[in-house]
Amino acid sequence: MAVSETDLIYLSAAEQARRVRAGEVSSRQLTEAYLARIADMDGEIGAYVTIEGDRALARADHIDAALAGANGHPDQLGPLAGVPIALKDILVTEGIKTTAASAILADWIPPYDGTVVSRLSRAGAVLLGKLNLDEFAMGSSTENSAIKTCRNPWDRSRVPGGSSGGSAAAVVSFQCAASLGTDTGGSIRQPSAFCGIVGLKPTYGLVSRYGVIAFASSLDQVGPMARTVEDVALLLEVIAGFDPHDSTSIDRPVPRYRDALGRGVSGLTIGLPDEYFAGGVDAEVARAVEAAIATYQTLGAKTVPVSLPHTKYALPTYYLVAPAEASSNLARFDGVRYGLRRSETDDSQKVGLFDMYCKTRGAGFGPEVKRRIMLGTFALRSGYYDAYYLKAQQVRTLIRRDFERAFETVDLLLAPTTPTPAFAVGEKMANPLDMYLADIFTLSCNLAGLPGMNVPCGFTESGLPIGMQLLGKPLGEETMLAAAAAFEREIGAIGAGGVPTRRPPEVSS
Amino acid sequence: MTDWEPVIGLEVHVQLATATKAFSPSGTAFGATPNSLTDPTVLGLPGALPVFNRRALQYAIALGLATGCTIRERSRFARKQYFYPDLPKGYQISQYEEPLCEGGAVEFLFGGQVRRVRLTRIHMEEDAGKSIHHSNVASWVDLNRAGVPLCEVVSEPDIRSAEEAAEYMRALRQLVRYLGVSGGDMEKGQLRCDANVSIRPRGQAELGTRAELKNINSFRFVQNAIEHEIARQIRILGSGGTIVQETRLWDSDAGTSRSMRTKEEAEDYRYFPDPDLPVVKVESATLEAIKADLPELPMAKCRRYLDDYGLSEDDARTLTAERSLAEFFDSAVEAHGSSGKGAKAIANWVQSELLRELNRDGKDVGECPIKAPHLAELVSLIEKGTISGKIAKDVFAKMYQTGDPPGIVVEREGLQQISDESAIEEIARKILSENPKQVASYQAGKQNLLGFFVGQVMKATRGKANPKLVNQLLRRLLDE
Amino acid sequence: MAESLTQKDVEEIARLARLELSPDEVESLRTELTAILEHMAVLQALDTEGVEPMTHAVPMHLRLRPDNVGPSLSVDQALGDAPDRADEYFQVPNIIKTNVGE
Repeated sequence: MAVSETDLIYLSAAEQARRVRAGEVSSRQLTEAYLARIADMDGEIGAYVTIEGDRALARADHIDAALAGANGHPDQLGPLAGVPIALKDILVTEGIKTTAASAILADWIPPYDGTVVSRLSRAGAVLLGKLNLDEFAMGSSTENSAIKTCRNPWDRSRVPGGSSGGSAAAVVSFQCAASLGTDTGGSIRQPSAFCGIVGLKPTYGLVSRYGVIAFASSLDQVGPMARTVEDVALLLEVIAGFDPHDSTSIDRPVPRYRDALGRGVSGLTIGLPDEYFAGGVDAEVARAVEAAIATYQTLGAKTVPVSLPHTKYALPTYYLVAPAEASSNLARFDGVRYGLRRSETDDSQKVGLFDMYCKTRGAGFGPEVKRRIMLGTFALRSGYYDAYYLKAQQVRTLIRRDFERAFETVDLLLAPTTPTPAFAVGEKMANPLDMYLADIFTLSCNLAGLPGMNVPCGFTESGLPIGMQLLGKPLGEETMLAAAAAFEREIGAIGAGGVPTRRPPEVSS
Repeated sequence: MTDWEPVIGLEVHVQLATATKAFSPSGTAFGATPNSLTDPTVLGLPGALPVFNRRALQYAIALGLATGCTIRERSRFARKQYFYPDLPKGYQISQYEEPLCEGGAVEFLFGGQVRRVRLTRIHMEEDAGKSIHHSNVASWVDLNRAGVPLCEVVSEPDIRSAEEAAEYMRALRQLVRYLGVSGGDMEKGQLRCDANVSIRPRGQAELGTRAELKNINSFRFVQNAIEHEIARQIRILGSGGTIVQETRLWDSDAGTSRSMRTKEEAEDYRYFPDPDLPVVKVESATLEAIKADLPELPMAKCRRYLDDYGLSEDDARTLTAERSLAEFFDSAVEAHGSSGKGAKAIANWVQSELLRELNRDGKDVGECPIKAPHLAELVSLIEKGTISGKIAKDVFAKMYQTGDPPGIVVEREGLQQISDESAIEEIARKILSENPKQVASYQAGKQNLLGFFVGQVMKATRGKANPKLVNQLLRRLLDE
Repeated sequence: MAESLTQKDVEEIARLARLELSPDEVESLRTELTAILEHMAVLQALDTEGVEPMTHAVPMHLRLRPDNVGPSLSVDQALGDAPDRADEYFQVPNIIKTNVGE
């Protein structure tokens, strides 16, 4: 099949990797195609905060040269050899500005690579640049980026979701082959749902957090975001696995996830948690998810209702645990060793140390980050700790037990990823609680440490993507990927070469 | 006039002698170029994570076992949060609830008795960097020390005087050096002490309001600082004032302390379990292995020297001050082989001759040219009469110079004591015949001339004649 | 546990967190945080007597690292992004004069 240069960008990452290895296309061609796409498109989308064109081309040439010298053994080059990808700008990259979309990091250039970054590099991936997010991954719309607003490629008046909004928008608008995001309360799955891509939050501990700027350490996980289930499986194989630099990393061999994709769902029992279907869900979303359930039944899965009775406590629990940890994790941004420092008054008088701290942090953090630092500081104060933080940690145990009980009888859980499709830019910025409610279905999974993924399952009449969420047992990624792949095949979402059958509108001109 | 009783509890930070930091692999050398021993974790760079040092845990367990603490099977790291430029992450990784060690005590000899100061806990934490107050407007920060593993040893308020506090510190220093878990050098900051001091009328059970004295960073100042604080409190209470609960900073240059902050200004540290660090689990096998590796501790040695060898308290203290010296002494006694008999003689040799030589040369016992079994052999040679005590000192000097065993020195130098009666008799007769006047005086009743004859014989034999034999022989010959 | 935060509460929390806030920020945070805390009041009604708090997402024990020295960053790498440095040191406003902390 002859594919024009511009069409290369629509191929899946797996297909690109295959063609590079087969010598059908060079990494430089792919990289140039994506850089051209970014130049055309990203002015409208705002997915990238840093584009590393020269570095990417140099890297592509290096891979091409290595391929030329591989003498018929291209597999030595790694499963992503030559494939252009991009990273949420909360992942630390040596020598490349890393901002967390915050003013406080100013022009920080890290002296080290995070573990997932070096693993991608070892797998041969080409890094195009760094992607937009809500400041320090705090938000559900990418509107909290201190750098720029990111738009939903399906409807530029709407948000891409967040906090990995740039990662989702870049993938669905073909500005990279695939990307990585991070998920603390839904930050991979919710934007994946809003943008209509596949995004997976792994089991806590499966992917290293070393070199991931911490938001809430006991909840954060890095995960792949891509247009196809196969690409997500491929990326997960590359980034997952034990890392001696992360004390919470699980020490277990990593399966070859792609091998699970053909397993199907026949004989699986899928649980449908009552609490995720009870009211508050947009009618079009509910219809699409119901249709997906029916599809699974057709494919031979059994579906049963289950109850996760503590679901309603997930939001308040999350908004105590996550901000408490965040208030601590963000204490290091103090203007001493890196990043922004404000040490003068408005009339240029030098201030003392205490005021230097307060001014630096007051000027460097945006409103949502300040809100969460305040909330977290409140919850950890002596005298309040037991009633707030400790209480939340106890409820967390109850939430986890709900899942353990459910997974005694089912293999997977299925629910909507979000109560609504993508909302309008500005719609929820005035009321933080409204924004928090956008994550209502995705929080529990992080609290319990479970794997979860978004799988596109349709569109609204107005053409906005709808996503369903699959939740698995701890380290149940293979079952989730098998179920997602079966669904993707059944609905014919992906065509030849891994190209999605439905794409967002091209550049408006 | 009220008789005030001081009540003192100490919080001692012990820097553990590991090669790397508590939570990352950069080095721990003292006195390196500022900010040359850092890594992303030490600097608190975004994204960096902590991974705990196995040796630091082993050292902390050893210290806990040596002080009779209960080692928790499960303990936990927590974050202690405050802002300070030498604290890179804005929090210190420490232990709060569920510390590694609880209970236990430090024991030491004090005023002829064994004193036992109970411990509340020993917990693990990381050190902060160093701030240098460069000028009125600027301070400088060096993070080389940041992340070095510490044990904080918290005592109960069992100490009753400044002198006793100093003795407690010495005992703790001795203990950590025995265990090899810390250099214990206060001047290098390897041991740092905060003191909680209060006073109460003697006989009163209730505790007075306490002040926390920080920054006692030299061995000499422990006693000074606490004495000063006791005097300060007595002065205030004596003149009808009240003590404010506060943290005071000891200024060693000025020999005084000043208030740092009062209770009302105290920071809220917002402790919570560190989500980056799972629960520390100490397996019983680990515990047993560390226990089996513990050396005999200074107090046990002290007791053995007092009870089994009959040494004096001063001798026992001197010999146990450093583990290397005590072990030298122990192996000498063991080589001597008479289950403690001869221990006193060996103790004397070690304390007088050996330490004098080593001190003169500024050497450590480890560098001593004389091997412990050789010292034992020297004592045996005296006991067997092969050499006299006097000659032994010369032999010792040669041993120290050459490192040779005493037998070889004695043989080479021909220093064997002459115990052959006929040989001594021949010399004695010769001396008597050469000194007829003195013989006549002796026989006329001037018995104290015996010493003169003995001296002449010893001179003639260059000190090698067995003095006891010489005495006996001369007396017999003169009385003939 | 529905807390109604006062302006003083907000200022005290901001002091602990070292955040300079404008009077407008103090007021909006006061109302927002109060609303959020109201939402959290449901937790109070839940009986958690005897429930073990969950501090880690995956039950595991601390793994230990051998005490082997690894590479250090160079002094220039360590200080490379510092807003202010003096020779090999990070430089900050004088600590003793102004600090309220430790």
